[in-house]
Amino acid sequence: MKKAICMLLVCALLSLCLVGCGNDGNSDYTLVIGGIGPTTGVAATYGTAVKNGAQLAVNEINAAGGINGMQIKYLFEDDQHNPETAVNAYNTLMDKGMQILMGTVTSKPCIAVAEVAREDNIFQITPSGSAVDCIKYDNAFRICFNDPDQGTASAQYIKQQNLAQKIAIIYDKSDVYSTGITEKFEAKAGELGLNIVAKEAFTSSSATDFSAQLQNIKNADADLVFLPIYYEAAAYILTQSKSAGLETKFFGCDGLDGVIDQLGEQNAAAAEGVMLLTPFVATAEDAKTKKFSQDYKAAYGEMPNQFAADAYDAIYTIKAACEKANVKGDMSVSDICNALKAAMLQIEIDGLTGKMTWSANGEPNKEPKAMKIVNGIYEAM
Amino acid sequence: MSFISNLIGGLSLGSIYALIALGYTMVYGIAKMLNFAHGDIIMVGAFTIFTAASSLGGNPFVAILCGLVTCVILGVLTEKIAYKPLRGSSPLAVLITAIGVSYFLQSVALLIFGSTQRPFPKLFSLSPIRIGKDLVIKGESIVTLGVTLVIMAGIMLLINKTKIGKAMLAVSEDKGAAQLMGVNVNRTISITFAIGSALAAVAGLFYGLTYNFIGPYTGSMPGIKAFVAAVFGGIGSIPGAMIGGILLGVIENLSKGYISTELSDGIVFAVLILVLLIKPTGLLGKKIAEKV
Amino acid sequence: MKKKKLNLRVLLTYGILAAVCVLVFVLIETGVASRQFKSLVVPLCVNMMLALSLNLIVGFLGELTLGHAGFMSVGAYAGCLLSVYLEGTMPMALRLPLVMLFGGLVAALFGLVIGIPVLRLKGDYLAIVTLAFGEIIRSIILNLDFTGGAAGINNVPRDIYRGSNYLIAFVLVFITLIVITNLVYSKQGRAITAIRDNRIAAESIGINITYYKLLAFVIAAFFAGVAGVLYGHNIGQLDANKFDYNRSIEILVIVVLGGMGSIPGSLIAAGLITVIPEVLRTFSDYRLLVYAIVLIAVMIINASPRMQALRARFSVRRLWKLIRGRRRKKEA
Repeated sequence: MKKAICMLLVCALLSLCLVGCGNDGNSDYTLVIGGIGPTTGVAATYGTAVKNGAQLAVNEINAAGGINGMQIKYLFEDDQHNPETAVNAYNTLMDKGMQILMGTVTSKPCIAVAEVAREDNIFQITPSGSAVDCIKYDNAFRICFNDPDQGTASAQYIKQQNLAQKIAIIYDKSDVYSTGITEKFEAKAGELGLNIVAKEAFTSSSATDFSAQLQNIKNADADLVFLPIYYEAAAYILTQSKSAGLETKFFGCDGLDGVIDQLGEQNAAAAEGVMLLTPFVATAEDAKTKKFSQDYKAAYGEMPNQFAADAYDAIYTIKAACEKANVKGDMSVSDICNALKAAMLQIEIDGLTGKMTWSANGEPNKEPKAMKIVNGIYEAM
Repeated sequence: MSFISNLIGGLSLGSIYALIALGYTMVYGIAKMLNFAHGDIIMVGAFTIFTAASSLGGNPFVAILCGLVTCVILGVLTEKIAYKPLRGSSPLAVLITAIGVSYFLQSVALLIFGSTQRPFPKLFSLSPIRIGKDLVIKGESIVTLGVTLVIMAGIMLLINKTKIGKAMLAVSEDKGAAQLMGVNVNRTISITFAIGSALAAVAGLFYGLTYNFIGPYTGSMPGIKAFVAAVFGGIGSIPGAMIGGILLGVIENLSKGYISTELSDGIVFAVLILVLLIKPTGLLGKKIAEKV
Repeated sequence: MKKKKLNLRVLLTYGILAAVCVLVFVLIETGVASRQFKSLVVPLCVNMMLALSLNLIVGFLGELTLGHAGFMSVGAYAGCLLSVYLEGTMPMALRLPLVMLFGGLVAALFGLVIGIPVLRLKGDYLAIVTLAFGEIIRSIILNLDFTGGAAGINNVPRDIYRGSNYLIAFVLVFITLIVITNLVYSKQGRAITAIRDNRIAAESIGINITYYKLLAFVIAAFFAGVAGVLYGHNIGQLDANKFDYNRSIEILVIVVLGGMGSIPGSLIAAGLITVIPEVLRTFSDYRLLVYAIVLIAVMIINASPRMQALRARFSVRRLWKLIRGRRRKKEA
């Protein structure tokens, strides 16, 4: 009897999410953009940044009259950096009448969602899903660089500028972004005759203590450490290398942006001289970035990182493409997608992360900027 | 030279593990429960010190005191609210509640402090010791090791030499009998949790000083590693936690230095399994005679 | 008489589960169900299988393991890799059972190989060693080439997600349920519970402890492996990081929440743990906070001795007896 009651309870819960949220009906006046990313769990920083960055763009657009006269209804769901939860989040958003998908933030969940999004033929633009497979279908585009390109570009840049001969790598063995860049970096470096003297790994479960890795790099006598990782882990590496007396240059990719704020004033010295190849820097002096950084700081109390900028650009890209294709709110998801797919190839965006055009494979064409941290701010190299 | 460097690195990592494992093993030894939320109490301690130091004018001792008091109150409260109602039911039920408490603390911290990691204030300036050209010993490491040793000795004295210690031992042996002998079981367990949580605050302090950054999930990984360390040394044994923690850190660092940084997670656990297969109750664990 | 009652109970579980399955089927096929609901069906089945199999070790054998996700990952990788390899060479109806069986068997083999040395440990030491094995498996998968390292496998055929193939998940849950209930109520099952209740007494009446411990361990690993294959074919990809100790703990939470040694309990708790976080989406930022509070509250209500006593006093059965007793008195 008790069991039957419990079973009924479960059924009741299930039916709660069954009826939960009806579609408000697509009208001429609103366009529903859905976002998915981790706002809880270990990857929460990235998802939160995307959520906030996009919200900022949505607020601006809505205040200025919206897209083709439609107001944007922006919904964001948490995926905890888990592919299964991401698919649930996607379906929840579809229940709520999502017409365009801005997401997902992290690569593995993005790949899972891309599979389902293709079946619905919904237009998908990921701000930061950098694995190649994230946009393998033609309905998907992205704002950020893909991993292999970053690896190749980094090796080329180091060779061109003759930054180092003996290179060490510290990478996150358990992360797609990091392993993806590392793999291509190694290949390109080998091609260009750069000498990789040490390749040190860590994983998500040992990402705070780097004394052994730094010691190995010291033993290998490297003169540059390549860091294809995110700024949290980099902050540990930079502070620990200072106290271990490691005197090398550091070079990173776009994941490293945000390291200045992460280190904070008291550790600022550790960031001095760090170089990175990134499309966005929050402290850049141009009017657009300045305004964005100020607004972001005012709204959320911290400096934006690259994820926030990617998301901001993603929303403006959607706006530009919708205007180009003259998308209306009462069109079906699939019609919107087909119209936007064509429009994406014709638009050019001058966003926070550079001037972008898109090719049919969904990849953006834009130039990374090489930056160096001097006196606590970025300087172009 | 690099061997000594790696060994020192391992000792420094190990002393953090040991410090956390001490709290773990003490609560386990007396209350007979695995407090999976211990790692998260460390996080709370670190965040309290962080907040106190930035808002109360930066007196380090006041900040640490705030951390200690908050953790003690939190520890005793969680015990009263979440664990005490389950006393007498299966230990696994308590374990799951502890996991719930752990999720709870993490999400509260996430809501208050956000997901971005915060730089931990440098409460003391400890200059590193340089021996020769290559050997650098961080000041924080020496202090951590010293404090861990002192705390270990303190707990052992407390348990073996004082009245409340005897009460703890009695409670750990047999709650019912202890009660009959006039021991206030509830109070004893509360005190155990208070001490365990105070240790967590201390661990939070040294974790922050050593690694410089704290976030809402800071405590979970060290918590698991310390649990491993406590079992490695023989869970419930105070010197065992110390030895287990130190050894775990040293093994981890040496395997990164000399075998492979890519496989080091696996190697550490493989060594652990080997040790436990040879000594099934950990290095210093008591062999429990079974009764029919 | 006793035996008949047991069977009745088992049949009731089967019946209710079947009714729920039929209900879900009707809801989905008539288009009433939301998409969120539909996407929860297979993950729920995966969790049910995992919980049922872990319950065999934790509930019936009485040993704590924290490495169940390790077996799940071994099975998932073995089955999904084979499935990728075989895709296109045979129809799905043939390939799917084959890879499920293969994934399960590989996981069972790992269960055997790991079980032989570790099962002489007890309690927390066994828990830690199984946790260690789970982490070693994860570390190895991240370092192997054919498993794709951190990138994992991204081209697993998504057979289960498409169309009405979620019925395959129902079938698998039923197979797991039938095998495990039959085992538990058989002679072997009684031997296993005897070991839990008193190992020495069990040994003294001639029960081969090692054999039965291994039996439970291997069967549990087998179904965890099959659940892993099911998971992979639903989501279309594998990621070693998703099979870490946190996942093992999540399964343990289900088993303990449902009540150790209770099969319907495992099924219900699997439903709760899968559905609650999704229902709580309306709380947005407070989702996990509310989840944590619910978890603690349910544990206290469900397992605390005082609450159990209270529940016994006000249980429906007692109430029923009370009413009937009164009526009888009146009649007399």
